[in-house]
Amino acid sequence: MKIAFTTSGNDLQAPLDSRFGRAPKFLIYDLDSSAFELIDNQQNLNAAQGAGIQSAETVAKSGAQAVVTGHCGPKAFRALNAAGITIYTSDAPSVAGALDLYRQGQLKKAETADVEGHW
Amino acid sequence: MIVAIASGKGGTGKTTLSVNLAKMLAPNVQLLDCDVEAPNCHLFLEGEVHERIIVNRLVPHIDETRCNACGECARFCAFHAIAMLGTVPLVFPEMCHECGGCVKVCPVKAIKEKGQPIGVIEKRQSQGVPLVQGRLDIGVAMAPPLIRAVKACINKETTVIIDAPPGTSCPVLATVRDADFTVLVTEPTPFGLNDLALAVGMVRALGVPFGVVINRTGIGDARVHDYCRAQDIPILLEIPDDRRIAEAYSRGIAVIDAVPEMREHFLNLFNKIRQTI
Repeated sequence: MKIAFTTSGNDLQAPLDSRFGRAPKFLIYDLDSSAFELIDNQQNLNAAQGAGIQSAETVAKSGAQAVVTGHCGPKAFRALNAAGITIYTSDAPSVAGALDLYRQGQLKKAETADVEGHW
Repeated sequence: MIVAIASGKGGTGKTTLSVNLAKMLAPNVQLLDCDVEAPNCHLFLEGEVHERIIVNRLVPHIDETRCNACGECARFCAFHAIAMLGTVPLVFPEMCHECGGCVKVCPVKAIKEKGQPIGVIEKRQSQGVPLVQGRLDIGVAMAPPLIRAVKACINKETTVIIDAPPGTSCPVLATVRDADFTVLVTEPTPFGLNDLALAVGMVRALGVPFGVVINRTGIGDARVHDYCRAQDIPILLEIPDDRRIAEAYSRGIAVIDAVPEMREHFLNLFNKIRQTI
C-alpha cells in the first residue's frame, strides 16, 4: 500500500508540510517495498483556486490509498473521499516521524475538513 | 450612454460620485449598483424595493445512471469544477464558470445544467432615480454572473451610471466591459496612485475611454497629478477635501444637496464625459 505525505523536501527526513492542496511536493511511500517517489506540486502551489481538487487528483493518480498531511480543506476532503483515499492529519515534524506514527497506528483519521479553503 | 464609475482603490468615492451624478441627471437617468458584494447606493436614496428578482447561475448536474465515467468532462474543465475520482465525476459548483463545455463534451449526454441561486436584483425608485442593485448571497464567491444579470436590466434609452466594485479583478471587468466611458476615481495619496495605475492598465486593455476624478484634493501629494500629466490622462474633476462633504456622506445626504456649489462641478464633469464619447 502507498501513502502520500506532503513535504517541501526530498527525503524522509524532510519536514511534513502542513498544507495539502498547496504542498510543494508529495512523497509517495510504498509500505511494501519501503521505497518512495516524489511528485512535484509546484503548479498547484501557485493556483488561484482549486488547488485542493487538483492535488487530490494528483495523489489519486499516484495510486496512494492514504494521505498524511497537516491540514485538509473542504474541497480536497470531498475529492479525496470520493477517490476512496483515507486522510490522516499530523503535526509530526518530519515525514519519517509521521510514517513512524502511522506504523504504530497512532495517526487519527480526519472525519471532516479541519480548515476553511485558502486558510 | 453607459458611464461606469470605477477605482483601483476602495473608499475613494465611487458611490458618492455615482449617486450625485444620478441625482443631478434625474429623471433622465438609471443608476446601477454593480458592487454586488457590498451594494450601498440605496443608503443615499430614498425609496423602498418594489421588485426583487432571484438570480441563478447554471452549474452542471450529472445523471449517474447515464454517466459511463469516461472523465471527458473533468479533462475539459479548465476551472477544475469537475474532478474524476472514483466511479462518478465529482462536481464543485463553486468553481464553475458556466461555460457549458462539460455538457457539450459528454458523449453519453449525462450532464444537464441546473440553476443555483447566487443572489438577488433589487429595484427601487427614488425621486426620479431608478436604482437597480445586485446583492450577492452570503458565501457565494463568484460575482460576475450576478453583475451580468444587473447589467441586463440596462435601459438603453437613457443615461446609465454604474457604480462598480473596487479593484481590477473579474467583477470589475464584468462591470466596466462595454461601458461607453469609465471614470476612475482616486485620491492623491501613494495608495491612490498605485491602484490608479492598475486600473488604468485595466481600462486600456479593455479599450474603454476613460478619465480621472481626484477626490479629497488637498491631502497627500502631487504624484497622482504628475502621473496623469505624464500619461496624458484627463483629470475631469477635483473634489476638495471638504468637511461638509464628509459630514453629508456620513448622514447619507447627497453632496449636491449639502454643498450646492458642487452641483455645477458635477455638471461640468458630465458635460466633459459627453463630449468625449
